[in-house]
Amino acid sequence: MSAAEIDRTLQRLAHQIVEKSGGTRNLALIGIRRRGVPLAQRIARAMRGIDGVEVPVGTLDITLYRDDLSKVAPQAVLQSSHIAFPVDSMDLVLVDDVLYTGRTIRAAMNGLFDLGRPKRVSLCVLIDRGHREMPIEAQYTGRTVQTSDTEIIEVRLHEIDNEERVVLVDRVEA
Amino acid sequence: MRFPSSLRGALRILTSTNVNYRFRDLLAIEPLSADEITFILDQSKPFQEIQRNPLKKLATLRGKTVALAFFENSTRTRLSFGTAAARLGADTMNLQAEASSLKKGETLLDTANNLNAMKPDCFVMRHASSGAADFVARHLEIPVVNAGDGTHEHPSQGLLDAMTIRDRKGSLNNLNITILGDIAHSRVARSNIHLLGKFGCRFTLCGPAMWVPRELEHIGPPGTPIRCVYRVEEALEDADVIIVLRVQTERLHEPSLSQNDYILLYQLNAGRMKLAKPDALILHPGPINRGTEITPDVADGPRSAVLEQVTNGVSVRMAILYLLMAGATEGEHPALEGKAAPQPKESAHASD
Repeated sequence: MSAAEIDRTLQRLAHQIVEKSGGTRNLALIGIRRRGVPLAQRIARAMRGIDGVEVPVGTLDITLYRDDLSKVAPQAVLQSSHIAFPVDSMDLVLVDDVLYTGRTIRAAMNGLFDLGRPKRVSLCVLIDRGHREMPIEAQYTGRTVQTSDTEIIEVRLHEIDNEERVVLVDRVEA
Repeated sequence: MRFPSSLRGALRILTSTNVNYRFRDLLAIEPLSADEITFILDQSKPFQEIQRNPLKKLATLRGKTVALAFFENSTRTRLSFGTAAARLGADTMNLQAEASSLKKGETLLDTANNLNAMKPDCFVMRHASSGAADFVARHLEIPVVNAGDGTHEHPSQGLLDAMTIRDRKGSLNNLNITILGDIAHSRVARSNIHLLGKFGCRFTLCGPAMWVPRELEHIGPPGTPIRCVYRVEEALEDADVIIVLRVQTERLHEPSLSQNDYILLYQLNAGRMKLAKPDALILHPGPINRGTEITPDVADGPRSAVLEQVTNGVSVRMAILYLLMAGATEGEHPALEGKAAPQPKESAHASD
């Protein structure tokens, strides 16, 4: 997936979210660290082009809500979450780069509900690669990709990685 | 299996994006580097945010147990560690001095081994003897957190003070720190000096001569400017941060110094505060003797951060428990894999 394709996909996702939400009223985006954050910001920028409205963007670090902390070493370095608006009665859209097992989204929802009681939570991902282990689906999907367990989807965004592309690579055994 | 104490330092893990440290125990500030301290303070920030959430409970350490072994009485520190453990989803087992079998003559090691036999995942302890936490850490496989040992150190207090100062001042670097009170007996002062000394802070220690012996000028990291003065007016001049220690009234009559004399000579009051920098910050580890070491108007005034210290205490202790307990796999602790950090040098414990 090239930079231009990523951009077109995000434009489409922004339109779909605005359309399905009936506008941008009470709408907010929550980017999941790390690569969900720049994606959420770009979608918000696209929405401004559509509706002229600034949609609030929050960021969420899900490390503390993971269910595999006791198995992962070295543990992730904690990052800050910044959600500068009350989530109560909001129409929240979680944004992440890749939807895989669904565990990240499960953790993100736990984190969100510690902040309040949103009216609705939906999910927007750039890539859905299948292999779900949780009853979780995305309402807004950029692209669905058939993958095997041994493959990795690498989303590279210029805000973080200094390059812009999505590639499917084989896992290299260390 | 017993881990040699030399392997209980911090291990530096470099990932592609972040520097990550793993710690085996938290026994003292002295052996930690400025980078390690900054890492712990940075990792405390997300927990600070959680204190502001309507729902403050996480499940991060669900199923784990923290032993709170307070061989010496404490209210605040024990509650703070207990709250930190609860907010991370861990359970606690409590040992309190007055209710313990210590009264029946059990040794420290026997008590520690007995608590450990109930399989906690972390051992938080306070003891009246300097070096007690080090000693227990040499015998237990699980992480040990020193919640105060004699007159040696109180590392979590040092960290929460540093977090409070960093939040208010923007940075820990090159501040003028004044510490008032019974410094000779204060583990809080020692942890503060070890910590802030690594960031280039300068120290002025002030109090009655028997509490501020000149030897204290050499307790900091090498080259740390520490001066002992005996006039509070001199001590407050140019201070960025004033740490007021609790006057242990039971110690007041040891040598001849009456409470009134102490108030007259050393009490921090509004008039004396004018000598410090206009934005000077006031810290107190608690519990406060209002009207003795500090006047109520100063303790409750806008420059005082004493309640922020208490709130930050929970955040810092959540970070400590998280860093020591999360990610620990069955068997070997990750901090023991590969090459261990250099051995923290055996600190000179003041005997209590």
